[in-house]
Amino acid sequence: MIETKTLTCVACPKGCEVTVEYEGDEIIEIKGNACPQGQSYAEEEIVAPTRILPTTIRVKNGALPLCPVKTTKQIPLENMFEAMQIIGKKEIEAPVKMGEVLIENILDTGADIVATRDMPKETY
Amino acid sequence: MNKKYDVIIIGAGISGCAVAWKLARYNLDILLLEKEADVATGTTKANTAIMHAGYNADPNKLKGRLNVKGNEEIREVSKKLNIPYKEIGSLVVGLEGDNLSVIDELYQKGLKNNVKKMEIVDRDWLFEHEPNISRDAVKALWAPTAGVITPWEAALAMAQNAVANGAEVKLETAVEDVLTEDGQVVGVKTNRGNFAADYVVNAAGLYADEIAEMVGIEKINITPRKGEYYIYDHAKDFAVNHVVFPVPTPISKGIVVTPTVENNILIGPTSQNVESKTDLATTREGLNEVYKGAKKLYPELDLRDTIRVFAGLRAADDTEDFVIEAAENVKGFVNVAGIQSPGLASSTAIAGYTADILRDEGLTLSEKKDYIETREEPVRFYEMTNKERAKMVDQNKDYGQIICRCETVSYKEIIDAINSPVGARTVNAVKRRTRAGAGRCQGGFCGPRVVDILAQELGIDPTEVKQEEGNSQILEYKIKQLLGSKVMDNA
Amino acid sequence: MLNLKKDLVVIGGGPAGLAAAKKAYDEGIEDVMILERDFEPGGILPQCIHNGFGLHYFKEELTGPEYAQRFINDVKERNIEIKLDTMVLDVTKDRKVYAMNKKEGFLEIEAGAVVLAMGCRERTAGAIGIPGTRPAGVITAGTAQRYTNIEGFVPGDEVIILGSGDIGLIMARRMKLEGADVKAVCELLPYTGGLTRNVVQCLEDYDIPLMLNHTVTAIKGEGRLEAVEISEVDENLKPIPETAKTIKADTLLLSVGLIPENELSKKADVALDDRTGGPIVNEGRETNIEGIFACGNVLHVHDLVDWVTEESQIAGAHAAKYIKNNFEKTGKCAEVKAGENVRYVIPQKIELEAGDRKRIPLYMRVSTPLTAVDINLYADGEKLYSFSEPFAKPGEMISVPLAQKTLDDLDDLSEIKVDIIEKEGE
Repeated sequence: MIETKTLTCVACPKGCEVTVEYEGDEIIEIKGNACPQGQSYAEEEIVAPTRILPTTIRVKNGALPLCPVKTTKQIPLENMFEAMQIIGKKEIEAPVKMGEVLIENILDTGADIVATRDMPKETY
Repeated sequence: MNKKYDVIIIGAGISGCAVAWKLARYNLDILLLEKEADVATGTTKANTAIMHAGYNADPNKLKGRLNVKGNEEIREVSKKLNIPYKEIGSLVVGLEGDNLSVIDELYQKGLKNNVKKMEIVDRDWLFEHEPNISRDAVKALWAPTAGVITPWEAALAMAQNAVANGAEVKLETAVEDVLTEDGQVVGVKTNRGNFAADYVVNAAGLYADEIAEMVGIEKINITPRKGEYYIYDHAKDFAVNHVVFPVPTPISKGIVVTPTVENNILIGPTSQNVESKTDLATTREGLNEVYKGAKKLYPELDLRDTIRVFAGLRAADDTEDFVIEAAENVKGFVNVAGIQSPGLASSTAIAGYTADILRDEGLTLSEKKDYIETREEPVRFYEMTNKERAKMVDQNKDYGQIICRCETVSYKEIIDAINSPVGARTVNAVKRRTRAGAGRCQGGFCGPRVVDILAQELGIDPTEVKQEEGNSQILEYKIKQLLGSKVMDNA
Repeated sequence: MLNLKKDLVVIGGGPAGLAAAKKAYDEGIEDVMILERDFEPGGILPQCIHNGFGLHYFKEELTGPEYAQRFINDVKERNIEIKLDTMVLDVTKDRKVYAMNKKEGFLEIEAGAVVLAMGCRERTAGAIGIPGTRPAGVITAGTAQRYTNIEGFVPGDEVIILGSGDIGLIMARRMKLEGADVKAVCELLPYTGGLTRNVVQCLEDYDIPLMLNHTVTAIKGEGRLEAVEISEVDENLKPIPETAKTIKADTLLLSVGLIPENELSKKADVALDDRTGGPIVNEGRETNIEGIFACGNVLHVHDLVDWVTEESQIAGAHAAKYIKNNFEKTGKCAEVKAGENVRYVIPQKIELEAGDRKRIPLYMRVSTPLTAVDINLYADGEKLYSFSEPFAKPGEMISVPLAQKTLDDLDDLSEIKVDIIEKEGE
C-alpha cells in the first residue's frame, strides 16, 4: 500500500517540509527538500530512523549521584528503550572524565555510551 | 495508659494552640494533639490573617464579646511571643451605589462592642491615605485598632511557648474516640494509643462536631464554608496600606484587599458552603468573584505578579457563633467549636474564656513559679538589613548559605525550623516557619534543596519527604527504578 | 564582613556569565570575579543533558554539560575567580555588590563594572491561577529536570505536561525514557512554542500526543495529585466547559513561560522593558545605569544558548571598554522599535561610538507564526533593506545583522524599525 508522510527535516535550521511517498521500505518519491541532506534525512526517517540517545547513568562515590551520557553516534529509534534498560542497570565508579567510554558498542549498534562531563569523586 | 494529663486539647489550630498557651502558665500537665504533621494546617493556615477591630461582630453573640478583647490583648502577646503583627488599621469603604448606612450601623455596633478610636472618614482622607482606592469611594469606617498577623506563626509561637512551659505536643496523632466512665471524661483513644486526662478540650475545627458526637453531643453541626484567595508577590509595585473591606452583606464581610504582614497583597475570600470538609479546591467562578470584588475597590489592580491561589474552609456552626461551653451531659468536656471569623482575632480571649470555664468545672489553676512569658525571636533573614545579616553569619557560618533566593532564607534558619520544639517535618511546615518556597518562584529553585535538607535532618529517604498531609510525597521514584518495571511501546 | 574591590563582577556563572567574563578577560580585564549561587558553574546547562547546543557557535552538536564545560575550561585556564555557593543579595546603582556564602560570610564588593547574568525563573501554577487543589506532584518542568538529571529522582509516573515550550517537550521525552507514562502535552495556543526538532524528537518519536488549543482547567487530588481536568479553548483562549475531560495523573509538569530574574536589577534602579521582562540596553548591552551591563536570559529569554554566548561576548567586551575608559557614547541615541508582527527587538537603543565593530546583531521574535516572510529594516521611516525567510516562529529567535557601514551612511538617525510581513499571494 502506497503511503505518504510529511516530515520536517531537522538537518539544518531551515526545517523544510519534506513529503515522502513510500511503500513499506521502498521509497517512491521525495519532494520539498532544499538540499541533498533533506533527501537522506527523509529516506532514513521512513526506513530506519536513528537518534542520539542522551541520558544519565548512576555513579558510585561521585560528587553527584548521576553522570550525563550520550551515544557516540545515532542509534535506531527502536532501540531506545532497550538501551535505557541496559544503561539503567549499570553503575559506574567515579572519577570519570568527559568523553570516557562507559559502555562499548551498545546493542551492537557501533555506538558507545560516553560521559558528557567530568564527574569527580565525592569530596567528603 | 500510664501518665494522666490534667487537660488534653484536641486540635492544634489557632484555638487549640491558644488554649495550650493559656493553660501552660498554670501547674498543669497539658497534652495538645494534632492529627496532621504540623500545627495550623487547617483553617488557621488559609484565612485572611486579620486581627479584626471588632465592629462587625454581633454584640449579642460570643463573637462580639471576645473579638475586641482578643484584638487588644494581641499587642502585648505578639511582642512577648515574637509573632509578626502589624496594626495597620482597617477601612470599610462605601462606594457610590452601596448602602452607605451600613457604615454608620457598623460604627454603632463597634461602639457597643467597645471598639476604640473609630472614625468615619471622607473621600479626601481616603484618597490621601489609600491612593489606589476607587474614585467612586464616598466614605469609610476607619478602625485604626485592626491589624494583620501571621496566623500559623501565632499558632506555632503559642504551641512552642506552651512546650517551653512543660506542655506536650503530639503531631500525627488523631483522636478516634473520647473515653468516659460514669459520665466523666477519662481520656482519649488515638491512632497512637490511649491518653488519660480529667479534662478534654475540643478545638478540632472542622471536625469539632464529630469529636463532640463521641461524647453524645449532637447539637454542634459544622458546615465547611469555603473562601478562595489570590496572593501576590511582595515585590508587586501597588500600594495597599490598610485592610480594606467593601460594605458587608448579611452573609459575608465581602472581598477584602489587604497587605499581609510580609507585604504580600492578599485578595479574597468568597463565601460558599461546601459538602466536604476536605474540599479545598479553588474554582474558576470563585477566583473570578475574588478578582471582580477586588477590582471594585481597586480598579487599577491586575493579576500580574500573583504567585498563588488557595482556599480555606471556615468551621461554621449552625448558630453562626462560637460554641465555647462545658458539656452538660458529661463532666470535664469543653467545646471550643464553630470558631470562624473573628476566631483568629479573638484567639487569646477565647483561650482566657476557656480557662475560666475549666476553672468553673473544677480544674485548679495555680500559677507556675518559673513561668516563661516570652518566646525568643526567630532569626528571619528576610527582615534583616545587610549589616544584621553580616553579623549573624559572623556568629555562625551556616547562615551564609542562602537556600531560598526569593525570600532570602538561610540554611541555618531551615535546620533550626526542623530541629526546634514543634519542629517542621514537611516541606510546607518549613515554608510556614521560614518562608522558603513562599516567594515568586514558589520553590522552583529551593524545593529540591529543602527536600534534601529535610531528608538529612529527619534521617529519611528523599522519597519519603512529604509536602503536607498523609500521601503527599514530593518524589515517587528513585531514578532508574521505573525502568524494566513497565511494558513500553517502542516508536 | 569581607570588603573587596574588583574591576568586573559578573553575577551568574551560567553560559552568559562565563562568556562575558572570558571576553572581558581577553580584552584586558583580568580582575574579574564571577558570583554563582549553585555548587558548580554552568547555570542551567548541567541539567540540560540533551543535545542540540552549539550547532551555530561550535558547528558541532553538543549536550548542555559539554557546552558548559568548554566555557568552564576557558574560565579555569584564565584563572578567573568563581565564587560558588554564593548568593548575591543586593546590587546598588553605584555598583556595590553584596553577597553571602558559607566559607567567607558576608561580602561587600566594589565593582568597576557589573554584568547581570542571573538568567530566568519559571512561571508557576499559582501564577497562572489554575483552579483546584494544591497537592504534591505539580512542579515546573525545569525543577522536574533538576530532580531527574541531577538529584536522581523521578517525580511520578503518570505525567501530563502543560506547555509545549522546549522545556516541556524535552521533559516529555526524558520522563518517557526513564519509564514514566507521559500521557499528553497540552498547549494553550494553536501552535507550539518550542523548536520544531523538539516536537519531532520528543513527541512524535514517542507517540506522545500534542494537544494544541488545550489547557489544564483544574487540578485534583488531596495530598498527591490524582487527576487533571483538560479543556479545549476557543479563539480567545477561554476554556470551553463542555470539552472538559478528566485524565488520571500523579504528576503535572508546567512549562508555561520563563521570566527574566530581575529583582536585583530593580534594586540597582535598572529600567526594564515590559515586553521582554529584562533591562533596556544599548548595543553594548549597557543598561540605563552606567557601568551595569546585562546579557543572556536575564535580558530576554533566548531559545539557543549559542545566541546567549554571542550576546554575552558583546556585554563582556563593552564592560571591558567601560572599565578601560574606552567607552564612548555618540551623544545621539537611535531607538530600535519593534514594528508589525515583531514582539521585541534587542538592543532597544543604539548610542555608542562604533570603534572597529563591523555590525550590530539585532535579536528579535515574531509575535505570531508566519510563513514566507519579508523581514524589513527601516531607518527613520525609509526602508533600509529587507530579506526573506520561509517562515518565522515565535519559539525561534531571529538574528538580523545591521551593518556598521549602513549606519555610518545615515545622518542624524533617530529610529530603526523592524517588521516582519508575510509576502502577498503566498
